[in-house]
Formats: sequence, C-alpha cells, structure tokens
Amino acid sequence: MSAPGGAAVAPVLASATAAVPAPALVAVGGAGGAVARHLVASAVDRAGDGFPLGTLTVNVLGSFVLGLVTFLPAGGDVSLLVGTGACGAFTTFSSFSVATVQLWDRGERARAAAFVVANTVLAGVAVGAAAALAGAG
Amino acid sequence: MADSRAATPVVLALVAVGGAVGATARYAVGGALPGLWGTLTANVSGSFLLGLLLYEALRTDRLGDRTRTLLTTGVLSSYTTYSTFVVETVQAAPAVGATYLVGSYALGVAAALAGRAVAARLDPREGREVWA
Repeated sequence: MSAPGGAAVAPVLASATAAVPAPALVAVGGAGGAVARHLVASAVDRAGDGFPLGTLTVNVLGSFVLGLVTFLPAGGDVSLLVGTGACGAFTTFSSFSVATVQLWDRGERARAAAFVVANTVLAGVAVGAAAALAGAG
Repeated sequence: MADSRAATPVVLALVAVGGAVGATARYAVGGALPGLWGTLTANVSGSFLLGLLLYEALRTDRLGDRTRTLLTTGVLSSYTTYSTFVVETVQAAPAVGATYLVGSYALGVAAALAGRAVAARLDPREGREVWA
C-alpha cells in the first residue's frame, strides 16, 4: 500500500485487468476493501475506550490511498479496482454518521465534535499529502 | 455483537460478499447520478439504513448476527464512502466544496437520526447500547 509499491504495481494491474468488466473490478475491490476495513477497525477498536478510533483510522488511511490513485493518476481499471472498489469500501460514511450520533446520544458532545473534526482535518491532510507525493513522483 | 467483531472465516466471508455488493451498488448510483450527487445520495441513504439497522438491533433484534454483519459491516459500510467524499471536496471549487462538506455531514447525521426514529417506531422499548 506504500506509494512506491502502488506506483510500480499500477501498470501491471492495468494490463492484467484490461478485459474485466467495470462492475466486476468494483466488486472485487469492494470485497477486499471491506475485509481490510473490518480487520483494521476491529484491531484498533479493541484497544479503544468507546471512541470510534477504528472508523477514523480507516477513513484517513483510505483517503490517503485514494488521493494517490487520483493524483498519480492511475489508469481507468486501477481507479475502478483500487479507488472506487477498495478505497470506497475500506472507508465508510455511514459508520461515521452513526458513530457521531451515538457519541452525542451518550452525552459525549465534545467527543462527537472532536470525531467529526478529526475525520475532516486528518483525511483532508492525508489527501493533501497524497497529492504532494504524487506531484513529487 | 461480539461475534460480528471477530475475524472468523465466516465473518470475513460475509463482509467480503457484502463489500462486493455494497461497492457495486455505489458504483451503480454513481453512474445514475454523476459527480457529487451520486456520492451524496449513497452516503445519505446508507447512513439512514445503517442507523435503522443498528438501532433496530437494540430493540427487536429480528436479524441474526450473521445477517446483520452481512448488511451493516459488509453492504452498508461499503456502499457509503468517506475517501471519495474527501477527494471530491478537495477537488471542488471552494464554495462548492464547503457546501458539499457541510451538506453531507448535516444530511448524513439527519439520516442516521431518521433511521433511529424509524427503529424506535418499530419497537418503542427503551434502547440498549450498540456500536457502529
């Protein structure tokens, strides 16, 4: 998932997947992204205290990778497999919305606000860093 | 919810199948509603459905653990996306990006609250604690 690895793998993936229909690329990427999200978020949340750190982690990491795919830029097939499929499924807006409501419901309003701000700022910084890396490479 | 948080082969298979379905559904919505509207529609409708299913779990719990894992961790979490939302926000013109950011958050939270309200109507008992 590192930037150099992604750059090296991208042309190989592009040629290997050239004949695969777009929805199949998205589906395969989505399956992989969802499993990766579940593993990462579960591992992070296991050490947590009720703050949805797992959701925050996957959203920031996935935004960084999608930033690389977007700004390098990757080919159409890689964009569908890794961007729309894997990064799209690895990150989640629904868990973000519901986790915010749950924090608020428990009376943890400062932590609900901190969760929203942290997702926004850290994911924004991650995309900016990806754009800078892609521009430098 | 201890089962759904585990990484057993069955849970991972359910999440994978759900992820494939959710991502494909998002791709289809994006094809029907290009640009920011597609992502916004998927994120808001997915937030409503996840709110409904998770709060329903507190109350009637009609779904089994495996079905719930398939639908929540698999389908809905993959149907909605944060990464595309952020990249679109960064790439949009400043005024459009700011509107999209605030609008997505407001509608996403409102949708999750609406899902919770519908779940409460299904069974108006006092809720228990659940987790996204």
